[in-house]
Amino acid sequence: MNVLLNDMAEHEKLDQFIARIKAGEKIEADDWMPEDYRGTLIKLISMHGISEIMGALPEKEWVPKAPTLNRKLGIMAKVQDEMGHGQLLLRVAEDLLKPYNKKRDDLMQDLFTGDLKFHNVFHMESKSWGDAGLIGWLVDGAAIISQTNMLGASYGPYARALHRICAEEVFHAQHGEAIIMALAEGTEEQRKMVQDSIDYWWESLLLFFGPPSKNEVGSSKQDVTIKYRIRTSTNEELRQAFFSKYVKRILSLGYTIPDETLRFDKDTETWIYQQPDWGKLKIIARNEGPRSQQRLNLRRISYENNKWVREALAPKVI
Amino acid sequence: MENNSSLENTAIKELLLQLADDDFIHSYRGSEWLGLAPHIEEDVASSSIAQDTMGHAAIFFKLLEELGEGDADQLAHDRPAKERRNAIILEVVNGPGNYMEDPDYDWAFAVVRNYLYTQAKAIKIQSLHSSSYEPLAEVAQKVQMELYYHLMHWKTWFIQLLGSGHEEAVSRMKAAIEKTLQDFQGVFSLGHYRVEMVKQGLIEDEAVLLNKWIQEVTPVFESVGVACSIKVGMVKGDGRTGQHTEDLEKALETLSEVYASDKTATW
Repeated sequence: MNVLLNDMAEHEKLDQFIARIKAGEKIEADDWMPEDYRGTLIKLISMHGISEIMGALPEKEWVPKAPTLNRKLGIMAKVQDEMGHGQLLLRVAEDLLKPYNKKRDDLMQDLFTGDLKFHNVFHMESKSWGDAGLIGWLVDGAAIISQTNMLGASYGPYARALHRICAEEVFHAQHGEAIIMALAEGTEEQRKMVQDSIDYWWESLLLFFGPPSKNEVGSSKQDVTIKYRIRTSTNEELRQAFFSKYVKRILSLGYTIPDETLRFDKDTETWIYQQPDWGKLKIIARNEGPRSQQRLNLRRISYENNKWVREALAPKVI
Repeated sequence: MENNSSLENTAIKELLLQLADDDFIHSYRGSEWLGLAPHIEEDVASSSIAQDTMGHAAIFFKLLEELGEGDADQLAHDRPAKERRNAIILEVVNGPGNYMEDPDYDWAFAVVRNYLYTQAKAIKIQSLHSSSYEPLAEVAQKVQMELYYHLMHWKTWFIQLLGSGHEEAVSRMKAAIEKTLQDFQGVFSLGHYRVEMVKQGLIEDEAVLLNKWIQEVTPVFESVGVACSIKVGMVKGDGRTGQHTEDLEKALETLSEVYASDKTATW
């Protein structure tokens, strides 16, 4: 097989590759793949992986503060899962990076320099216990929508990792929902906590799915990921699915959504909504969001402080 | 003067408080490390251990609740430092700085404290298997299963870092050992009701437990070239009697911040 592949012209390999993914076959780590497929996967998966890791930090802030023993146990389990997802995904990304001779350490350096981005939602502040609940309920809810969209990804290792991740994310969303429900049924202060969280996070949740096209922020990876069957739906389709799933739930709890124009148009069967400020996505991509630098600093400090540990554990040069 | 049955109850409650408070604060110190551990795999492992440990604290608080000592959440969140029974070495901060902004934490101290405490806990739990207080003997079985993995984990780190031959690692570890041992006796203290606890057969005597611990850790110390006759002290005081430091006060403020914002609310 490999000998045959070596003899083939580049375009023939590409034709064969496209035929394989069209037939629903999975591409594995050692299979031939076009450079832009590999490059797209590296970007996508390393960003997803590092986002899980950076995403543990906003909730970590609330781990010790969780108000009951059960809530403490719940949120500890959740952030531990997130770290586990990050580890799983970075392993997938590392396999893809092999031909470039890059490793985990290079990904960490890319994170510090700003070349490797993490999702916009994890640049935001988590100011209250309400935010800790809302992150589980709606941020993880949004993540489930965007990740189930890739469960059938043509790249086998990513698809398999996602199957496991999505199963756990469902528990996270339930954990978040349980926190929110307790607050929603609670005192006036507790109820207000949830409304404040919805108001603060709403725009970030819309931004999370990415721009509808490259017109909004100058670039979009969605066309190439659809072409290579890594994902099926567009950013806008995912955002619409999010509205369909959550708008009614939010309103039924007696809360408002900070968008007076939001409505479902029966004729076009789409949600009409106020566009978020897409410029904020660019600001966050430069790591200039509300908590970007503080959270990056935590990882930088840990990287620096533990240098001696890495050295001590490194294989001895003989 | 307490009568016999109330003295018996007090001894049981005191022991449960010691066990619960130890794990509660130990788990908190562990959870502060999340996202800051030397590598991602360690973050996954140690946050799992911190979670198990909080689970153990919850079990002990629940036993107190069943004895009519009040709600488990209230016991965990709403007792001032002077009523806490944890050993002082477990409340000591991971290092300077706050876990949210500028944590200058010391992994050597984490490894040493975690290993030595987990070994001590394993010995106590072993002793509790034959506790005359049956609910505690039952709980000990469950805790022991998880503890087996915690101990293996921290012992591996302890041996790897001390056996690495890396100069900085070895000197940091030795400094951490010294710092930990000088207050480690507090972990074995059984507090004011030590005589009653042993008389009732709730747990073995402090000296017996300490000796068993020394038997376990000495060969490990020797295997990595730390020459020693292990001596423990209690320089900061005995936490079992309510003596504590500012480190605990600050930790409790964080741990109960949301709870204290409305103690009667359902969370």
